[in-house]
Amino acid sequence: MTDQQALFEYVLRLGDDALLLGHRLSEWCSHGPWLEEDLALTNVALDYIGRARRLYSYAAEVENRGRTEDDLAYLRSEREYRNLLIHELPRGNFAESITRQFLVDAYNIEFFGELSQSADPTLSFIASKSVKECQYHLRRSRHWVLMLGDGTEESHSKMQRALDDIWGYTQELFTPDELDLRMAGISIGVDVSSLQPAWHRLVEQTLEQAALVKPSDDWPIIGGRAGIHTEHLGYLLAELQYIQRSYPGLNW
Amino acid sequence: MSLYEVFIRSRRGLDHKHCGSLHAETPELALEYARDVYTRRNEGVSIWVVKSSDIVASQEEDAESFYDPMDDKPYRHATFYTIPEEVKNL
Repeated sequence: MTDQQALFEYVLRLGDDALLLGHRLSEWCSHGPWLEEDLALTNVALDYIGRARRLYSYAAEVENRGRTEDDLAYLRSEREYRNLLIHELPRGNFAESITRQFLVDAYNIEFFGELSQSADPTLSFIASKSVKECQYHLRRSRHWVLMLGDGTEESHSKMQRALDDIWGYTQELFTPDELDLRMAGISIGVDVSSLQPAWHRLVEQTLEQAALVKPSDDWPIIGGRAGIHTEHLGYLLAELQYIQRSYPGLNW
Repeated sequence: MSLYEVFIRSRRGLDHKHCGSLHAETPELALEYARDVYTRRNEGVSIWVVKSSDIVASQEEDAESFYDPMDDKPYRHATFYTIPEEVKNL
């Protein structure tokens, strides 16, 4: 793999992360528990879609084969998607969406903080924009975890169940593959294993404050970066890509 | 959920202006919702949220006693007074 191909793959996978979680959040549009939260969730969704667009555009530019951001989003199949699995999990109920969001926000704040130091100026620029968004996302999701975890008996049990279900997907966040290591080695990418202590501190402190029990680590689920996905991604892409697959090249 | 009134300052140096209301579970959430609902297009540099129930407001039936007595007191307006010719630059 040339350096150019490696950079393309690296930017592409970060785009996949952003697009899929943005899509999952957008599924709340008009289904939020109330109007204000509906708007807040879709605002976050738009931040993610915006980030995906920036990353895909840059990936297309690096690849330099005439593909566009839309080609990358709409014309790749599930095995070609290289996102971390936690981003593709179904939106679930509100507790599940919030729990996933908190775990991802806590990761993103560290990840994009590091990536903003990237030797690649475009990645560094995208990352420093993202950090500001992440700070707000984290403020929101952490707040909700505290309120619902330490809320009523029902909200607590839903949050604990969500945490138990999602926790197994968090280890993948800190498991670098060959490409991660290569990009970290040339100071373009992030050594994700180094992010884990800070993430753990924040997550453990928040869970404790929210009266939630941290699940055990003996159930890691890994595969997204290699294109091995959960059963949920196919359904997501079927919806996301339907128009472009049915009417190729269709424009607004 | 409680109702909150939202006040936004659009630029430095200007006053906060009332721009609407929203429902939220806690004051912190009300502030975040205000940000998401009312400043999505760069409308503000500062937000206040106030519980609507904490606002003491005059009532319709107060109008007679509050405002009517002012109608017949023109001397409370500066225009009531004629300015002597000698006074310049007032």
